[in-house]
Amino acid sequence: MSEQHKEHILPIKAYLGVAGALFILTMVTVAVSYINLGGWNAVVAVSIASFKVSLVALFFMHLKYDNKINLFIFLIGISFVTLFIIFTMFDTLRRADIYEIKAKPIKEKAHIYERAPDDSTQQSDAAQH
Amino acid sequence: MANTPSHPFYLQHHFSDAQQQKDSAKFGMWIFLLTEILLFGGLFCAYAVFRAWNHEMFYNAHLALDRVLGTINTFILITSSLTMALAIRGLQVNKARQAALYLGATLVFAAIFLVIKYFEYEHKIHLGQLPGKYYTYTGVAGTNPHIFFSIYFVMTGLHGLHIVGGMIVIAMMLVNTLRGKYSNEYYTPVELIGLYWHLVDLIWIYLFPFLYLIG
Repeated sequence: MSEQHKEHILPIKAYLGVAGALFILTMVTVAVSYINLGGWNAVVAVSIASFKVSLVALFFMHLKYDNKINLFIFLIGISFVTLFIIFTMFDTLRRADIYEIKAKPIKEKAHIYERAPDDSTQQSDAAQH
Repeated sequence: MANTPSHPFYLQHHFSDAQQQKDSAKFGMWIFLLTEILLFGGLFCAYAVFRAWNHEMFYNAHLALDRVLGTINTFILITSSLTMALAIRGLQVNKARQAALYLGATLVFAAIFLVIKYFEYEHKIHLGQLPGKYYTYTGVAGTNPHIFFSIYFVMTGLHGLHIVGGMIVIAMMLVNTLRGKYSNEYYTPVELIGLYWHLVDLIWIYLFPFLYLIG
C-alpha cells in the first residue's frame, strides 16, 4: 500500500521560508498603516492579507500538492463571500440613488449615540438609559 | 479486526483502502471549513456595510485598539500555524516525539494569544468601550461608535472561541500522539485539526488589518 502514499513531504526549510515571508508581510502591512494613503490604505491592507492567506493555504494547508477538489472548495468559499459582500455593498451604497433614505434606529427605543469627545452631558444621559 | 498490511486497524470497513478513507476525511473537513468561511463571511459583510456607513467613526474608533498588541498576536498566531504544520511534517517522517513537541508548542502559542486578547478585552471593558447599550466611552468622535466595538467584540470573540475549541482538540491529538496512536501510516486526525488551525489563522490574517490597521 505504500506506493499509494502520495504525500508530498515539504522540507522544514520550506515551512520556515513561508513563515518568514508571513512575518515580513505582517511588518510591511503594519508599517504601511502608519502612512496615510487615503483610500489606498484599505486596498494595500486587503492585498497583503490576501497574499498572506494564499501562502498559508498553498503551503501550510498543502493545497498546492493536495487533491485539487479541496482547492476548489476553498476558492468557492472565498468567491462566494466576495460576491456576497460586493452585492451587499451595491445595495447599501447605491440605494439612495433611487429613493431617499434616512438613517433611523432599527428598534424605536434603541440608542443613537451622537457624541463628540469630552461631551460628558450626553454620556450621563446614555448611562441612565 | 486483524492488523494486517492489507487491512490496518485504522481502516473503516466502508472504505476500500486507506487512501480513499483519507481523501474522504479531508474532503469532509474542507466542506466544514467552507461553512466556517461563510460564517465569518457574514460578519465581514456586516463590517463592510457599517464601515461604509460610518467611515469617519470607524477610522476614529480603530485608533482605540492597541496596534502593537495586535501585531504581536499576529506573529504569535503565524508561529502557532508554523508549529502545527511542522507537527504534521513530524508525523509524515514518522517522528512522533517531535510531532508531540510541536503540538505542545502550538498549544503554548495559542494560550499566549488568548492571554494577550484577555488583556485587550480587560482594558476595553475598563474604559467602557463595549457593544451596544453598554458603551460608555466618550473618547471616539463620530456617530454611533458602539457599532465598531460591537463588531470588534463579536468578530474577535467568535475567533477566540475557535481558538479555544482548536486548543481542546489539539490537546487530545497531543495525548494520542504521545500514546503512539499516530505514525506516518496514519495521522489523518492531526492533519484535519491542522487544516482547522490554519483556517483560524487565515481569519485572523484578515481580521487584524480590518480592525487594527485601517478601521
